[in-house]
Amino acid sequence: GPLSDRRLMEVKLGELPAWLATRDFSPQGLLGGLQKAWSSYYNKYINVKRGGPAGISMLLAGYCLLSYSWNYQHIKRHRWRKYH
Amino acid sequence: MLSRLLLRAAPAALRSLPPPGAVGVLHATRPLHTTQQSWAPLPPLPEKGGEVRHGLIPEEFFQFLYPKTGVTGPYMLGTGLVLYLLSKEIYVVNHETVAAACILSVIIYGVKRFGSDVAAFADKLNEEKIAKASAVKNEAIRDLETAIEAEKKEQWRVEGRSYLFDAKRNNVAMLLETNYRERLLMVYNEVKKRLDYQVAMQNLKRQKEQDHMIQWVEKNVIQSITPQQQKESIAKCILDLKALSKSAQAAV
Repeated sequence: GPLSDRRLMEVKLGELPAWLATRDFSPQGLLGGLQKAWSSYYNKYINVKRGGPAGISMLLAGYCLLSYSWNYQHIKRHRWRKYH
Repeated sequence: MLSRLLLRAAPAALRSLPPPGAVGVLHATRPLHTTQQSWAPLPPLPEKGGEVRHGLIPEEFFQFLYPKTGVTGPYMLGTGLVLYLLSKEIYVVNHETVAAACILSVIIYGVKRFGSDVAAFADKLNEEKIAKASAVKNEAIRDLETAIEAEKKEQWRVEGRSYLFDAKRNNVAMLLETNYRERLLMVYNEVKKRLDYQVAMQNLKRQKEQDHMIQWVEKNVIQSITPQQQKESIAKCILDLKALSKSAQAAV
């Protein structure tokens, strides 16, 4: 279908800038995009009859990565070697 | 909960709506109930979530790399990534690494050992909830079915209306007949009484006339017997008696 209707996973790599241009970056648009992303994740991994650890473990792993990246400048000072 | 369904169907639904100006008669900006989606009955929850390997990486990633790199591709990618991060010290090994290792090992041990028990317990809770709700639903369905049976029976009973009304009509006719006959009898009795009265009156009148006449004749006869006549009749009687006694004596 047309470029604006496709989801991120269905967009080819070369079309990525064009696809980004069609996205709505107003606050409502961003909020809507966030809502869509969360609900698709929620309905796939958490809102099931017999879920497993995968639902929250992925969220926790993402949180760990995010917080590591936020503190990276501070952690960089405790490196073991100066030259890599 | 149904947002995933909605989100998948939304572009299709939006495409199917005609432009707002096309509707002239209705005072609505868009026609209603055009899409096939409906909120009832709700589609059931999926049984299992999306496949995830080692609890962290979705299966789609492995499938995405399979055509190009085969089965070991993602693992080689992972190993190379880890080694790169460590060697360039993009990931710094410090006290937090040790803490993370301990926590992760405890968590993994706990999940592996108690995971199935917790899952069974949660499933049991869910089952109880569903059983209660479906018990209510089945109860309601049973009540409605008995109500339907009762209604059908009433409808069957309606067919017997004609017999009922025939019986009632017979009853009424009998009552009318009885009443009519009672009144006939009453009329007959009354008429008979009046006729008997007339007959009795006539009889009485004749009797009275007879008595009166006899009395009158006797009175007149007695009045007409004068003393002279009385003596004469007595003398005559004595003579007759003498004659009779003579004839009687002669006969003896």
